[in-house]
Amino acid sequence: MPAPTITLEVLRYRPGQDQAPVFQAYRVPYRDDWVVLDALNYIKDEMDGTVSYRWSCRMGVCGSCGMMINGVPKLSCAAFLRDYYPATVRVEPLAHFPIERDLVIVLDDFMQKLSAVKPWIIRKDERPVAEREYRQTPAELDRYKQFSMCINCLLCYAACPVYELEPRFVGPAAIALAARYNMDSRDEGRQQRQEIVAGPDGVWDCTLVGECTTVCPTDVDPAGAIQQGKLSSAVDWVKSVMLPWGKR
Amino acid sequence: MSPFHRPPRFNWWLENRAYALFVVRELTSVFIAAYVVLVLLLLRNLALGREAYEAYLRVLATPGMVVLQIVAFAAALYHSITWFALSPKAMVVRLGEKRVPPRVVVGANYVAWIVVSAIIAWIVLGA
Repeated sequence: MPAPTITLEVLRYRPGQDQAPVFQAYRVPYRDDWVVLDALNYIKDEMDGTVSYRWSCRMGVCGSCGMMINGVPKLSCAAFLRDYYPATVRVEPLAHFPIERDLVIVLDDFMQKLSAVKPWIIRKDERPVAEREYRQTPAELDRYKQFSMCINCLLCYAACPVYELEPRFVGPAAIALAARYNMDSRDEGRQQRQEIVAGPDGVWDCTLVGECTTVCPTDVDPAGAIQQGKLSSAVDWVKSVMLPWGKR
Repeated sequence: MSPFHRPPRFNWWLENRAYALFVVRELTSVFIAAYVVLVLLLLRNLALGREAYEAYLRVLATPGMVVLQIVAFAAALYHSITWFALSPKAMVVRLGEKRVPPRVVVGANYVAWIVVSAIIAWIVLGA
């Protein structure tokens, strides 16, 4: 019996050579312990060294290898060939981002949005080093821990139809990371982040499709973070109307 | 050497079930809005007097209007149930250090729905 094989259709875009992306099929050995990333590495090593894609850790930690696999955003290191075999597997760059080359997307938009929400601990007054660290109870950690699991893989942006139609939308991961710091007992920067989070391109752009949460490989629940952001922004507004003299 | 920008697609909501169900949920608001208009017209005719009110009731009883009301009712049910299911996403209720389970938040919505419906039924049917 011949060794089993599986076909990968990989979207190719070679700037300067291709006017528009085209699919290229590769027939690779099928092994039931291989993931799509293993198959891509096989193509790169043995068949066609020109195929470009991002990857690093191979174990769902680095967040580099996100791709559309049969139209669904997934980490290619976590997408087993056995879940598709014997059918053909279609591999495309993450949806909604410009294509740099082949499966490599342009990340600049996300990087700009990520830094805009200031995903770090902001203090009104930094405590001197001599006074030691900011301490936190396990319960305080628990409040934001889920949102801190984000690996910036951008599957949530590729799953978000709002981001496709409204590219200015700050988007799921950046808002979830803003929520992660807002909920941190050591942080005092919520007011600064609200300009972006509750601004014209922030939480109110979200129509709660919920697919960001469905595709998230680390169970961050960005849709939850965004809805909670809407609720707290609405509470801010009510307070500002009811208590215009009060501290928001 | 420039990146390729894929044009936005307008059939994205046909691509998977979750997107399609989302679009259905959004479209239900059209029927809910239509029903709100019917109720506002009802109030207007009520204010105009008995004759106008009864004429309007006859309009509402025509087959087309009955179909519209049945569709609006189905849309309202779908809209309410899907939103209730999503409510724990927005409402994280804590009692002390423990998070109230999402099921309880959803359940509270149903209880509120039943209580409000019962009050309205009591007003409408009791009067």
